[in-house]
Amino acid sequence: MSTLPTTSTSASPQPVAGRADLRPQNISDAVIRLAGDSQDGIQSLGGFLARLAGRSAQDVMTYMTIPSTISGGPSIFQVRIGSGEVLSAGDEADFLVAFHQHSYDNHLNSLKAGGVLLYDSDNVEPNPDDKRFVNVGIAISSLTIEALGGTAKDKGKNIFVLGLLASIFNFDADKLKALIRERFGKKDASLAETALIAFHAGYNYPVADMLATRYHFEPVTNHSGRDQVTMDGNQAIAYGLIAAYPITPWTSVMEILRTELPKYGGLFVQTEDELAAVSMAIGFSYSGNLAVTGSSGPGISLKAEAIGWASMAEIPLIIVNVQRGGPSTGLPTQVEQSDLNQSIFGGHGDSPRVVLAAASVEDCFYIMVEAARIAKKYSTPVFVLSDSALSTRIEAFDEPDLKALALDLKPDLSPRPDGYKPYPLDKITQHAPPGSPMLGGKYPVLTGLEHDEMGHPTGSAKLHVQMTEKRRQKLQKLAEELPLPEVHGDAEGDTLLVGWGSTYGPIREAVNRMRERGDKVSAIHLRHVHPLPNGLDKVFAGFKRVVVVELNDEGIYGFGQLATILRARYCEPKIRSFTKTNGMTFLVKEIIDGISK
Amino acid sequence: MSTTITPTESGTLTRAALTSDRPTWCPGCGDFSVLASFYKILEKRQLKHENIVTLAGIGCSSRFPYFVNTHGAHFIHGRAVPLATGVSLARPDLDVFVFGGDGDGFSIGGNHLEHGARKNIDLTYVIMDNSVYGMTKKQTSPTSPVGFKTKTDPLGAVDRPVNPVKKLLAAGATFIARTHASQVKHMIEMIERAMDHEGFAVVQVLSDCSNFFADAFDSANPRKGGEYKIIEEKQWDNTPEDALRHDVTDEAAAYKLADAPFPGPFGVYFQVNRPTKNALEEAAIDTIRGKLAGCSDIEILQKTLDRMK
Repeated sequence: MSTLPTTSTSASPQPVAGRADLRPQNISDAVIRLAGDSQDGIQSLGGFLARLAGRSAQDVMTYMTIPSTISGGPSIFQVRIGSGEVLSAGDEADFLVAFHQHSYDNHLNSLKAGGVLLYDSDNVEPNPDDKRFVNVGIAISSLTIEALGGTAKDKGKNIFVLGLLASIFNFDADKLKALIRERFGKKDASLAETALIAFHAGYNYPVADMLATRYHFEPVTNHSGRDQVTMDGNQAIAYGLIAAYPITPWTSVMEILRTELPKYGGLFVQTEDELAAVSMAIGFSYSGNLAVTGSSGPGISLKAEAIGWASMAEIPLIIVNVQRGGPSTGLPTQVEQSDLNQSIFGGHGDSPRVVLAAASVEDCFYIMVEAARIAKKYSTPVFVLSDSALSTRIEAFDEPDLKALALDLKPDLSPRPDGYKPYPLDKITQHAPPGSPMLGGKYPVLTGLEHDEMGHPTGSAKLHVQMTEKRRQKLQKLAEELPLPEVHGDAEGDTLLVGWGSTYGPIREAVNRMRERGDKVSAIHLRHVHPLPNGLDKVFAGFKRVVVVELNDEGIYGFGQLATILRARYCEPKIRSFTKTNGMTFLVKEIIDGISK
Repeated sequence: MSTTITPTESGTLTRAALTSDRPTWCPGCGDFSVLASFYKILEKRQLKHENIVTLAGIGCSSRFPYFVNTHGAHFIHGRAVPLATGVSLARPDLDVFVFGGDGDGFSIGGNHLEHGARKNIDLTYVIMDNSVYGMTKKQTSPTSPVGFKTKTDPLGAVDRPVNPVKKLLAAGATFIARTHASQVKHMIEMIERAMDHEGFAVVQVLSDCSNFFADAFDSANPRKGGEYKIIEEKQWDNTPEDALRHDVTDEAAAYKLADAPFPGPFGVYFQVNRPTKNALEEAAIDTIRGKLAGCSDIEILQKTLDRMK
């Protein structure tokens, strides 16, 4: 948010370096942190703001913490709305809404000096000596109860605050009201009416008495001509999958698919365990469809053996890993990118598989379509890596052109000619699913044993050498068709940052800031992590050093997981590593400080 | 499993057409007669060749798919049932057969056996039980009797063996039969009835391991001085004899039969009709798609995305 307000309660707001140089009331970027308990409905409040931004063609990104309890417990939801490109959820908040004393105590330090503290004066007593912020105390709880007739106790506070924020930020109240009706009016129109009463109470509250400044987002014109859709990373994965048209057995991706897949004639099965899930998925794929199975952390470990079979038997299969902190049960609700090695190497024997990593919520959608295409074309298991940050964060992006994306993945049951081989040494395997007549009379067996071209077991050393090569070479062939990632910034300079997965936004923003101050820094982002696209060495050649930024441990040799692989691949000593493992996404300034060392 | 018998040109599905690799089993293994019976059944029933799928996990008997010239897969240890579940649910047009042993079915795959049964997946599962781990050369299996000396129990097995029929009854299997590899006619009848059953149909075939537990089932083999006791099923003919016969739909009676001392009786212990998961899922999909009649998949997805604007 640009320089901040003058108000009656603010003693002496510190001047803040704004992200944009704008006239006082016109802003292009704001970070709003909502802090409360999970039952306060702050996720849904944040969700409304994100949807509104999406509808207004503004960029938006959110960040949330999930309490580890089932219901209740402190939680936050941070929304960053920008009239330009929003790349991270923001290091510091411009605006903090504190519902409870603990919200105030724990999150005040995330508020920028001079920022606005909006607190529920029924529950929060701010430190009177703390003059760093603009304090706005409003009796949110009692005003909500008053508005709703005293029946709603605690419920509706979020919508009251939505109204307050709408008035402070000059949000489009009509759009918000429409969103409220859509959200609450589906089952019971009276629910929507109650919510609208809470909204109006907040919207009409004389907040000007306490906060002299109102803000207004720079209007943006829709650059692409396409509407924006707003969703989180797991939704994007689920709908991306549907766009790719597979059949699926598989926490929110699974639930969406349970409801959505039958609409397309697809099938969802909840299984007894991960072993059954991956085996069933392989059964779906074997029968000529394309299946996906997904999990996080321990679940992926359980699937490992069957994925090895899919590699050996050459079965198309998509495995989604929404990474969390590990090892073992680890940090179930926090983020880490520490499953890269597992994805690439997590099987006994040489078991080639493809590993892709989604860079953003929007990319979660497209990468699923790509995974489906690669799985079919190369008849191989394909890992798609997301993480817990990406899975819960909400972004708005241009709606996809579905017609251009859909793949035809129906089983090919056409008769196979005499001489058909499931495992030809000179071609990429394309299986004949059951139901395909074999005109030569010989039917294929798919197997995890080393096999000959017909799928029959062999102990021949020569065949094992040839088949190992065949399975490896298809990945090498895939590498040839992968595009080299674009360099963000100049093609030559001092430092090239290399990222993969959800660090895309923060790395890009770090580069932008460093370039503004004159540093010769650029970045590339890898979506295809295994195989790597060819030609990265040429990109690296333009820089004095290459720093791989990733959320995992530096390991016993001092390099993170991707850094280790890149060093092994290119034998290039200038490849360095910057990692962290505190369970949170990178702050932009952490990256800037970390690589400036 | 109920089979959709699509008669092709009569006689195309011959033993010659079905023969594939030479079995790797030891001479005298009971599994040979299971394989021969399966050829006979396929020849008799003339299923559509390309629609037959034979699936297996790991073990001596699980090599079965290599010996039958049909579509098939030799999967990982213990997971043949979930693999077959995937195939069965995805492709109602296929005739899905699973073959495996007591280790695959009752130990490593024991959990999947229960869930396949409770979901009532439409498939036929033939478990060739030899009560020993033959492939690892005489280790104790989940059905090895107490006292049986093996390489893993040199003083004799101490763990109580699994009772497969009771396990399957408790899990909710809708067809449970027992037979013996030396009683070919009975075995064929049992496997055919399993094929004709709509749902999760399991046939436990006692199939001797000639090398490591050759005398395991002699007590049920008349040629070796045993008695092959067949379960007499109720005819519902109101005769006094019929009152003594077994009602295959009576679960408590099936438990009682399964409690008989080894080798116990052979035949159908239990058979009931319960909707399969295949049918239930298909009905659910039909209902949901019925509401969307006339919309293409892309239109449905577009509408969903429109709600996220």
